[in-house]
Amino acid sequence: MSVTSEHVFEEADFEATGDPVHRTRKTAMWIFLGSEAFFFGAMISTFLLYRNSTNGGPGAELFNIPFTSASSFILLMSSVTMVLADNSFRKRDQRQGRIWLIGTAALGLTFLAGQIFEFTEFYEHGLTLETSPFGSSFYMLTGFHGAHVAGGVLMLSLLIAFSMRGKLSPDHGMNVELTALYWHFVDIVWIVIFTVVYLLQI
Amino acid sequence: MATATETHHPSTKTYWIVGAFLAFVTAVEIAVSYTEFLGPVQAPLLIALGLVKFITVVAVFMHLRYDIRGYRALFLFGLIGALLVFTVVMAVMQAF
Repeated sequence: MSVTSEHVFEEADFEATGDPVHRTRKTAMWIFLGSEAFFFGAMISTFLLYRNSTNGGPGAELFNIPFTSASSFILLMSSVTMVLADNSFRKRDQRQGRIWLIGTAALGLTFLAGQIFEFTEFYEHGLTLETSPFGSSFYMLTGFHGAHVAGGVLMLSLLIAFSMRGKLSPDHGMNVELTALYWHFVDIVWIVIFTVVYLLQI
Repeated sequence: MATATETHHPSTKTYWIVGAFLAFVTAVEIAVSYTEFLGPVQAPLLIALGLVKFITVVAVFMHLRYDIRGYRALFLFGLIGALLVFTVVMAVMQAF
């Protein structure tokens, strides 16, 4: 039996086959995400520690919950488009997969634009990195999360570019799967940040 | 022949249903955050709703429910580590 690229994809994409390259790359991604959980755990702890240390400056009262809720919803929906992109590539539907990837990147960019707007508003109201431990820990936590979203958008852009140039062949489906894992992780970190930093502070 | 895709991963319809469920939970979460009469129940409720979203994304979208157990263990290790960091930081700084 000849091994076509489709066959390679079908074989390489699933754990049941025990493909060592697939398993190693995916394991490495899970180890990376586990270490990222440590990282964000430390950042969230730091924020909680300093949440009341405003030095008389502005604090959680600046939060615009309806606006941040909309941003959270956008990021959550980007997880839906990402899983649909992954699903399309699994089914070897490149065109549909590319559309979902573009949608995910667009939603990610919208979230980032919202974050930039929010930071600008806070700065105008006197909450800067230097104002207080609250300001420092808030900007460090949400800023690092934003940087992770930006990294994800970059990865998505590369996948879209490869796909458009026909370089995202079926046997590269693993790249979409790993990017999806990273993107969903960024989303679950925001679920925690939104609950702990925003909703529980008002 | 049924492929591993069909066996191990949810259908497109399931992803849409889960997406709608997550949107619904987010709406409830926001409503709860503005409901003052809940008093002492509000914070635990918000944490519970956040947890529901977290687990749903990890289990369905990140496929931990369908993938091999080793990945689950790796991620759990990270989560336990994060909780440990939180506990140690809070204890050392006497924030509890």
